[in-house]
Amino acid sequence: MNIRVWLPAHLRALARVSGEVVLPIDGLVTQRTVLDALEEAYPVLRGTIRDHVTKQRRPFVRFFACEQDLSHESPDAPLPAPVVAGTEPFLVVGAMAGG
Amino acid sequence: MSGVRVLVGTRKGAFILTADGKRERWEVSGPHFAGWEVYHLKGSPANPNRLYASQSTGWFGQLIQRSDDGGTTWEPVGNQFTYDGVPGTHQWYDGTQHPWEFTRVWHLEPSLSDPDTVYAGVEDAALFRTTDGGATWQELSGLRQHPSGPLWQPGAGGLCLHTIVLDPSDPKRIYIAISAAGAFRTDDGGLTWRPINRGLRSDGIPDPQAEVGHCVHHLAMHPARPGVLFMQKHWDVMRSDDGGDNWHEISGNLPTDFGFPIAVHAHEPETVYVVPIKSDSEHYPPDGKLRVYRSRSGGHEWEPLATGLPQRDCYVNVLRDAMAVDTLDPCGIYFGTTGGQVYASANGGDSWAPIVRDLPAVLSVEVQTLP
Repeated sequence: MNIRVWLPAHLRALARVSGEVVLPIDGLVTQRTVLDALEEAYPVLRGTIRDHVTKQRRPFVRFFACEQDLSHESPDAPLPAPVVAGTEPFLVVGAMAGG
Repeated sequence: MSGVRVLVGTRKGAFILTADGKRERWEVSGPHFAGWEVYHLKGSPANPNRLYASQSTGWFGQLIQRSDDGGTTWEPVGNQFTYDGVPGTHQWYDGTQHPWEFTRVWHLEPSLSDPDTVYAGVEDAALFRTTDGGATWQELSGLRQHPSGPLWQPGAGGLCLHTIVLDPSDPKRIYIAISAAGAFRTDDGGLTWRPINRGLRSDGIPDPQAEVGHCVHHLAMHPARPGVLFMQKHWDVMRSDDGGDNWHEISGNLPTDFGFPIAVHAHEPETVYVVPIKSDSEHYPPDGKLRVYRSRSGGHEWEPLATGLPQRDCYVNVLRDAMAVDTLDPCGIYFGTTGGQVYASANGGDSWAPIVRDLPAVLSVEVQTLP
């Protein structure tokens, strides 16, 4: 399956990509498998979305899809069907936190 | 003709200011890493085109960038700073114990002899080192595992290791400073450390002469006199003539001895510069007049340097890593302000002019003297 991932501008610049990233994923599509594939394709993003060691989401990063906030879902929960089908992107978002 | 390259870290990116040896006409490049906080960037003394930068935000964490062409292009290198072993705890603001947590890199200090070796001072306070050009970082955990470690507590800016001074005469001797733990020294390349705070007096802690707990703001050394250290403490300007074993106050006639940066003239080891700030709660120059103070006698007697600096309605701060000197003759002095100005003096501080006026708040200033 080809999973569409939308990154915030700072991370697109860091990864040197424009627009969406498309990641082929075999098997279960979860936050964890998507982020594993993303970091495998773009190692420079390691540590910027989730902790290097614990893999916990950074506090001011949010995960949205299908107009839902998935940030507090289990990283191993299946992502919504439209994300799996590639009709909706998985959004990595910098939280609105000032600055 | 020789020239200078001024490396400026700001709240919203890095800027590189270059000029020839006259230091009159400046070119400004940047922002590099636009929108990110750049706490510090510094060049390798062994290869001036090798630069390292600490780039971070609260959103996306820490990155380290490396340039091999003097800052024209950059490549991200390793950004994993993992404490050695079980991190343990330090004292928190409320007196409870708090786990050590990495937040950011405050200061990068490249080796004097090897471009691939760099020391990184981080928050929560620890010292890391890379020997592969930044690809991987290892903690020199003997510092954090000093028996006093659980007593260290953050200053208002966090528990940060912000100053690293390498002894050019002894590669195994390193000085560091932590807010608010104090100064420490290793004589074995970082394996073991000891506090070097004898003579400091801080009224803001229960025992004003405690072994640790002092809010040291910055240390400076002249490379030809590595045993002589100068310190800007939270309050008090201090001096040591024995590698930090003992300190004595040299605040003398300063209008206030609170401040953040301190620097030593490149060719006159007894000429020292500070920027007095009104107080710990009023972080701006006294009377709205921005003045650098210079001592040509190693302390005690200070003269104000105001020519070319704003002398009314000036309420900026100059942060601890935001003053540096070049090694041209006459020596150039540079500092950046929280108002976004970078001032330069090409005559040892006698007169000043802004290089740029409207950058984001300046966090750090370093200078490279180029052949």
